[in-house]
Amino acid sequence: MDARGSGVSGVVPRPVRSLLYFVVVLGIFLFSCTEASAFPAFARKYGLPCSSCHEAWPKLSPFGQQFKDNGYQLGNDRDAPIFQQAAYWPVAFRTTPNWHLETANHVPVDGGANGVVADVKTSGFDYTGLDILTGGTLAKNVSFLFVPSSDELGAFHIESVNVRFDNILSSTWFNLKVGKFELDNLLSEKRILTLSSNGGFYQNYHFQPMYKPGTPETYVFGIGDNQLGVEWMGHSKNDRTRLSVAMLQPSDGNPDFVTGAGAGGFTGPGSAAGRTYDVFAAGSQAFEVKGLGLQRVGAFAYFGHSPTFPRFTSGGVDVPGTGIGNEPYYRVGLIGMWYVKKFDFTTMYFYGHDNAFLAASTPSNQTLPAGTRAPTWNGGLIETHYTYNPQLIFVNRYELIRMSQQAFVGDPLTGEVANPGNAGDIDALTFGIRYYPFINSRAGFAFHNEYSIVWQRNSQISPVTNGTIGLTSSSLLFGFDFAF
Amino acid sequence: MRRIQFMKIALNLLLVAALPMAAGAQQMEAHIGNVTGHAEAGKALYYRYCWGCHGARGNGDGENAPYLNILPRNFVAGTFKCRSTPTGTLPLDQDLYNSVERGFNFTNMPSWNALTVEERANLVAFIKTFSPRWKTEKAGDPIQIPAEPALTVGSIQHGKELFQKLECWKCHGNEGRGDGPSASTLTDNNDQPIRPYNFTSDNRSKCGTTNKDLYKIFMTGLDGTPMPSFADVIKPEDAWDLVHYLRTLQYNDKSPELTLWLSTKEGAAIVNAQKVANTNTGSGVNP
Repeated sequence: MDARGSGVSGVVPRPVRSLLYFVVVLGIFLFSCTEASAFPAFARKYGLPCSSCHEAWPKLSPFGQQFKDNGYQLGNDRDAPIFQQAAYWPVAFRTTPNWHLETANHVPVDGGANGVVADVKTSGFDYTGLDILTGGTLAKNVSFLFVPSSDELGAFHIESVNVRFDNILSSTWFNLKVGKFELDNLLSEKRILTLSSNGGFYQNYHFQPMYKPGTPETYVFGIGDNQLGVEWMGHSKNDRTRLSVAMLQPSDGNPDFVTGAGAGGFTGPGSAAGRTYDVFAAGSQAFEVKGLGLQRVGAFAYFGHSPTFPRFTSGGVDVPGTGIGNEPYYRVGLIGMWYVKKFDFTTMYFYGHDNAFLAASTPSNQTLPAGTRAPTWNGGLIETHYTYNPQLIFVNRYELIRMSQQAFVGDPLTGEVANPGNAGDIDALTFGIRYYPFINSRAGFAFHNEYSIVWQRNSQISPVTNGTIGLTSSSLLFGFDFAF
Repeated sequence: MRRIQFMKIALNLLLVAALPMAAGAQQMEAHIGNVTGHAEAGKALYYRYCWGCHGARGNGDGENAPYLNILPRNFVAGTFKCRSTPTGTLPLDQDLYNSVERGFNFTNMPSWNALTVEERANLVAFIKTFSPRWKTEKAGDPIQIPAEPALTVGSIQHGKELFQKLECWKCHGNEGRGDGPSASTLTDNNDQPIRPYNFTSDNRSKCGTTNKDLYKIFMTGLDGTPMPSFADVIKPEDAWDLVHYLRTLQYNDKSPELTLWLSTKEGAAIVNAQKVANTNTGSGVNP
């Protein structure tokens, strides 16, 4: 007997058969669920499964948010390391081997006079960098986080390094953190559930308008980037009310008083951090809705400055930390986190404003180019999750960014035309499924599936037509995300 | 034949899909104020937050249990320490809810106050499904707690006498450090070693922080532990005197009782003698 003849293949049409197999596999995924896991160093310390602190790791649950806000402490007077076995070491590692497919259209290729734009597609096996996650308590109410992080070639940088004094004067309203840390973003980019090139960050957190199509701003800032400074944070005992204010080095988290922009010499606003401080403030309030869960609304604002020129050495090199001609920018937003039992969605409104000198990358002791204005924009985000159980989560996110005022509105003297009204506008759509085959208090493992596509309008100049063209890029990623 | 095989596969899929519904048919409820908790809803929460210690079947044998020096509660036994009901009886739903909300200091059981009231009530309802006791017994009637009398030096001194007379010191030690002569011999109902409460370590006893919570502890006993109920031994007013004295043992907590006690020559001498010069270990617990 033909092996195929002994099964259902002979009577069931191929599409139905495929669907059936999919349902069987999905069924195994859905119903073999036994246990669930997170930042494994914490899980190991407390013996709690990852699912306690994470709805699906790395996304925090309200309990996990409270644990973090308490300085990585449960508050049961067993938080100090003196209570741990001497062999306990608060270290975890996270990385993601994967296969991914990247596509982009309108990519300038074959430069020079013969330049054209083409669709580019690449795919293959790959791996992400490595996060070394170390954190916990040094003593009761003294906590720390230190995260050396490497890119996929092994080049390390310090992603986070901070120490936090918790519950000062026995009050949950008085916590101080010093060092490099993630801003108090309710929608944490460090705990994002999507990983691909296009979907692995929040567009709104990093968007900077272009001066003209193909001419980006040169100063660098992302509200999703970890920043250097000091943060006061306070919260109610049950974490329903949260407030924080941070005073930050205007270097986008870079050390040594440089911003990371304009490397190799001053090429515009940015390379030498200014002698001012930025401010970030955030607040939120949670409330219970019977039958639905815990809802939370909040607001945040970042008021920053970037120098537009530095002091120079006699050799013409800018001196770190001497940036002057500071010009302002700000980002403000509203956020809501809404739960309807297993379904939750986060909504965010975002507004950004950059000073005209920053937009044009012009030292503020010089004349602003004609036709330059301060760019402003609005952004929005809705991210939905369906957490079937701690082992399976479905993710969808849609982000949009709309310029409300372009940085360049044309120069009648030179005849240079204004930016198209939608130049730089972004739409981004991401879908993901993460399945965690096991959950325990020692390690975390997820089978990660994701598709993300980003459309940006009129963001570059075509080398063929010299007209403005957009860029569409997409990522498809299958990977094994693990932490141990 | 092939058609039958296909039907079998389809039927199996339906059965698999129906499993969680059958297993989840829990009808138990918990009533916390005007909130009703449902076991069915609590089940998902339990298997998210609690199973790692309390075990999939609620009998305290979760995968982390072997690593804990104070074992997780065995819900199947239906024996609970923190109650407002007489010894030997089942606790009120509110008692279980309070335990979930408060957590247990010096153990691995944290406070779950980050969860909503409804979620905690759902958890309580589900916890009650593990023990057959909840199917045949009702919770005990809560004990009556008379109003707390005025705090006086006399009441503290009388409490001190009771501490000796009732032989509390045998387990808790003369200074309340949990180091009495019997301390090292104590075991709980599971024959696991158990330490008496060290009053000097904190002001948070396992079953609450208020004077009323302390009163309830020795009038109801901590079932499953060697701590008995003294309801039949001392009168309510004597129990309050004992509460006032016990507060003075918590010399790291500036309670009214301690403040009053320190204002007396006798009290100041005792409290100051209790204090031990030490090196700070960062544990947050002073010896």
